[in-house]
Amino acid sequence: MKDTVLTMRNIDKSFPGVRALRNVDFTLCKGEIHALMGENGAGKSTLIKVLTGVYLKDAGEIHIEGIDKPIHIKAPQEAQKLGISTVYQEITLCPNLTVAENLFIGRTNDVFVDWKKNNSRAENILKGLGISAKPTQQLSNCSIAVQQMVAIARAVDMECKVLILDEPTSSLDEQEVAKLFALMRELRDRGVGIIFVTHFLDQVYQLCDKITVLRNGELVGEYQIKELPKVELVAKMMGKELEVLAEIQNEAQSIRGDSKAVIIETEELSSVSGIKPFNFTSYKGEVTGFAGLLGSGRSECVRAIFGADKVTGGKLRIKGENVNITSPIKAMKKGIGYLSEDRKRDGIIGDLSVRENLILALQVMKGFFKPFTNAQSQAFADEYIKLLGIKTPSADTPINSLSGGNQQKVILARWLLTHPDYLILDEPTRGIDIGTKVEIQKLVLKLASEGMSITFISSEIEEMLRTCSRLIVMRDLYVVGELQGEDMTQNRIMHTIAGSVS
Amino acid sequence: MSRNSNRLDTDRSVSVYNAIVKHSLFIPIAFLVFLLLLNIFINPSFLIISLGRDSNNNPVLVGNLINILSNATELVILAIGMTLVTSSSRGQDISVGATVAIVGGVIMRVLCGSETQPTELHAPIIVALLLGCLAGMACGAFNGILVAKFNIQPMVATLILFTAGRSIGSMAMGGLKPKSAASFGYYGNFIPGFPIPTPILITIAVILVTVIALKKTNLGLYTRSVGINDKASSLNGLNPARIKFLTFVILGLCVGIAGFVQSSRVQTVNPYTIVPSIEMDVILAVALGGNSLGGGKFRMSGSIIGAYTIQTLTSMLTTLNVNTNAVPVFKAVIIIILVAIQSPVFKSFFGNKAAFSRLTAGKGKERG
Amino acid sequence: MLFLNKTQNARDTGVIRNKLKRREPLTDTAFLLTITVSLFIAIYALAIVFLGDKGFSKIQMFFNLFNENAALIVIACGLSIVMITGSIDISVGGSTALICTACIVCLNKYNFNFFTTLILALAIGLAFGTVQGFLIAYMEMQPFIVTLAGMFLGRGLVALIEVNQIQVANTGFEALSGARIQIPFLGDINKKGIFIQSKLEYGVIVALIIVFIMLFVLKKTKLGRSFYAVGGNAQSALMLGINVRRTKFNAHLLCGLLAGIGGFLYLFHTRSGSVQQATGLEMDAIAASIIGGTLLTGGVGNIFGTLFGVLTTGIVLLVVTAIGSQDPWWPQITRAAMLCFFIVLQSIICSRKRKKL
Repeated sequence: MKDTVLTMRNIDKSFPGVRALRNVDFTLCKGEIHALMGENGAGKSTLIKVLTGVYLKDAGEIHIEGIDKPIHIKAPQEAQKLGISTVYQEITLCPNLTVAENLFIGRTNDVFVDWKKNNSRAENILKGLGISAKPTQQLSNCSIAVQQMVAIARAVDMECKVLILDEPTSSLDEQEVAKLFALMRELRDRGVGIIFVTHFLDQVYQLCDKITVLRNGELVGEYQIKELPKVELVAKMMGKELEVLAEIQNEAQSIRGDSKAVIIETEELSSVSGIKPFNFTSYKGEVTGFAGLLGSGRSECVRAIFGADKVTGGKLRIKGENVNITSPIKAMKKGIGYLSEDRKRDGIIGDLSVRENLILALQVMKGFFKPFTNAQSQAFADEYIKLLGIKTPSADTPINSLSGGNQQKVILARWLLTHPDYLILDEPTRGIDIGTKVEIQKLVLKLASEGMSITFISSEIEEMLRTCSRLIVMRDLYVVGELQGEDMTQNRIMHTIAGSVS
Repeated sequence: MSRNSNRLDTDRSVSVYNAIVKHSLFIPIAFLVFLLLLNIFINPSFLIISLGRDSNNNPVLVGNLINILSNATELVILAIGMTLVTSSSRGQDISVGATVAIVGGVIMRVLCGSETQPTELHAPIIVALLLGCLAGMACGAFNGILVAKFNIQPMVATLILFTAGRSIGSMAMGGLKPKSAASFGYYGNFIPGFPIPTPILITIAVILVTVIALKKTNLGLYTRSVGINDKASSLNGLNPARIKFLTFVILGLCVGIAGFVQSSRVQTVNPYTIVPSIEMDVILAVALGGNSLGGGKFRMSGSIIGAYTIQTLTSMLTTLNVNTNAVPVFKAVIIIILVAIQSPVFKSFFGNKAAFSRLTAGKGKERG
Repeated sequence: MLFLNKTQNARDTGVIRNKLKRREPLTDTAFLLTITVSLFIAIYALAIVFLGDKGFSKIQMFFNLFNENAALIVIACGLSIVMITGSIDISVGGSTALICTACIVCLNKYNFNFFTTLILALAIGLAFGTVQGFLIAYMEMQPFIVTLAGMFLGRGLVALIEVNQIQVANTGFEALSGARIQIPFLGDINKKGIFIQSKLEYGVIVALIIVFIMLFVLKKTKLGRSFYAVGGNAQSALMLGINVRRTKFNAHLLCGLLAGIGGFLYLFHTRSGSVQQATGLEMDAIAASIIGGTLLTGGVGNIFGTLFGVLTTGIVLLVVTAIGSQDPWWPQITRAAMLCFFIVLQSIICSRKRKKL
């Protein structure tokens, strides 16, 4: 029986109109990697923020090893002092400071800064963790992945008792993920308790010892990884039956694009993003996918088609007609829709209402001098709220009050409203609970069967295997292969990406 | 929206109270009402409007209210333009005072040529107005290019015209300070025979045009969209640069009209002293109206009410014989009180304690 | 490449050569500083060559640049510091006018001496800094509005104290302020052939000391680094354990203190006070900071650059007056043109750097 380093009991936290956490317990042992999972709205993020002093809990007790009395964490600095370190999904470092400075700032009470000492200490830390960055480099000059590693290095250096990693792998490629996991195992062996918040099932099974599942603000249970098969975990998180997933598999097999009408055709298309000239065809009613590692150019290809990146060469034909797409509005008017990868940055207009977000694309297509009447826009909103099951207090609620999954549904509705001939969905299920993921995949297949041509990009290959009938494989900004039919297996995809023969 | 309360009756009256107090227009309206009441207390005949006669025996409406409404014209018109700029570009245009000087200079030059005391207008008034508006829009375009194309922060970009504007205005007049013929004065004062001051009519016209523009075009939606998230806006087919540029040009047009009215009041322009510190008053009006100076959503009615509030304040202080140079002190104190009340820290202290979590890492409303 | 062209035109400095050799991308701060310093050197050099006969070849001209701008240097330092934090302070002109007027009244009517006047000036500056800092940092009010109110308050109070322009009528103070440091070995030969030693005002020494102290604070103290952190990303700084509120408060406090010192230097130099005094001083300070490489968005800036921002503006204005006509509008228009140039330059360079990532 390992000793516990952290216990949280009967935690309650509410916001106006929302009960984010209700009577939640959480236990973390020394030298353990503990996954915290749950769909959006489950309360994972809130629990972490309560633990790290960003939110003040309404009720409950927190105990940490070494202190007898229950602790009350009122600010992030207090959490840090108690030995609780956090690395967030968004880089919480200062881009204008150097790497070394980011490692040490805010940690000492010294009045003066000793640059030499800091730089050499930083050098050691970075080398020890295999991070390729110079201590004197400005952080904003490093890649996002390196910035993340520096954030983790800082937490590690602070010799924390509890290390919380909140979705750390979203922006990392496989090599970087492997390095991170090696680091995490090292820390676990040193006795640190690690809380790993993530959506990636595979990573959880690769790395973690225990798992706690939350659902709708309540605790579902705490399990040993060894005793919980993957499918059971999924079922617990969804609160649904297992057959649903299998259902989708079957549907995908039966729906294939039979119609030979070509909707989109690119010929040696290239853009400022650096993708090499590529050829791509999409037929009516077909669901295509782009597979490849992070940075292989999947998003860049579709962005070139949509006009989000400037095209530098090649041709694009829409329904047989040569077109010159110089900006998104042109693509939209030709019947293309694009649900972008980064919902927060490129998708939602935060303070605008659900309704305004929903009608935006169609409104822009209609024109500056032709605004929709209130009645019209309300009708659209009602239609799609019902159709997609969007959970929102009203159509006038600001969209940033909705959970991630519901926000995504609104953006999806936005593009469906434009009735595109060709719809691009770039990571539509990222950061979303399993329930909504399934809904979206089902919807994709339904739309395809009704004649829409769709491109579905996802980092989770199973999703693409379930929904797509053809996969374009990319590596390092090149298209390296195309798979369909029986060739569409995880194995063949991996091999194609790697460039070896299976 | 609080679902925690169980008692229906008190819940309803509490929610009515909440609806009034938390409405974004509450503070500007409340303050305006407070000022008016204060004015009435000091001078019980404050609200009286009477019909008098001017020196040419024409009927004119007289009264403190009339003065306030008339003098607020420039402030209201500029506040309308500034609201759009603030919303889409997330910053303030501090050059409006200086560009009014440019417009004034251009108008004077057009109307007076190189004479210092012409007895007749050198050009039709409509030409002066058009050229004035063009000059204003040119300034707006200059600022707009810097902000939209070069991605420079509005306050920094407009610092340029702020520095040079009044000098440019002086240059436009060739260093002279002419006084135009009297007929130019109708637009800043009264049209003979018509009792309502012309500036009030102009204000009404501008407000009407604004309302129509916001209702019949997507100006409001596009401006807010770009101000809140310009990346997402461009992926929805909008052109953020174009919209930001447009808002600056609209503000430039407002500057043109305001400059026209201002120079018409005394038929002369001193570019160094015309509308002193009006940029500050305009920005204040926008902020008082409940609009965030950081851009995004806006409430045009708030800015307009804010403008009248500031004018009422200025007027009240002048009536109390406060030295012109000391007026800013009172403005300062009142500004601080007002903005303090609106600050989130203050609100969480006195109001909803559950509504705000201090020091949130993300947006406080995020669930899960 | 824009950067390389600029360095080819300017005089070589070992620093630039080394940085190019190392091929490491410069920090934003260092990058912009290099441009500002190079420009100053270039313009001064050209002025000496082409306008030598108009006084530019005289060494006193160089010292006068400092003599005339000592107050602005100090105030611009304060402003750079708040700008680095991501905030702004437009009240400095108002507080300067207030300091001058209040101090003159005290010197003339109440016979204050040098030290008590200095303390009064510092007190006024600190008062502004404290109140504004509290409202901005702890009440989370917007800096622009708060300091706008501060500016109104400052100017208004001047009018309440004394509406007309006033002069110092305190012999002790006048004597002190008239004193000059004679620079050994340096001087010019005037028309009569007599060697006149270069003179420097004491205020300049104070200003330079302040510059070096601030350089140290910003580079080597926790306080200074926290300014940069908060300006770079306030949310992150909070997460990293920095007390963001206290940092912002300290920045405004420091700016207030420097405004107090700067106001005193202004008084020391001009010996007069009026309602309209130092109008636009805050904008000059902001412009100098921007020209010196401080970004209004925060997180980037350095005192050395600000110093050169003031000097560069100074030399350009002198050049314009020397070559231009007597029309009164050219100096301001030139100032604006310079500002425009630097602002656009900053934006082009920053966006290029971003594209390279």
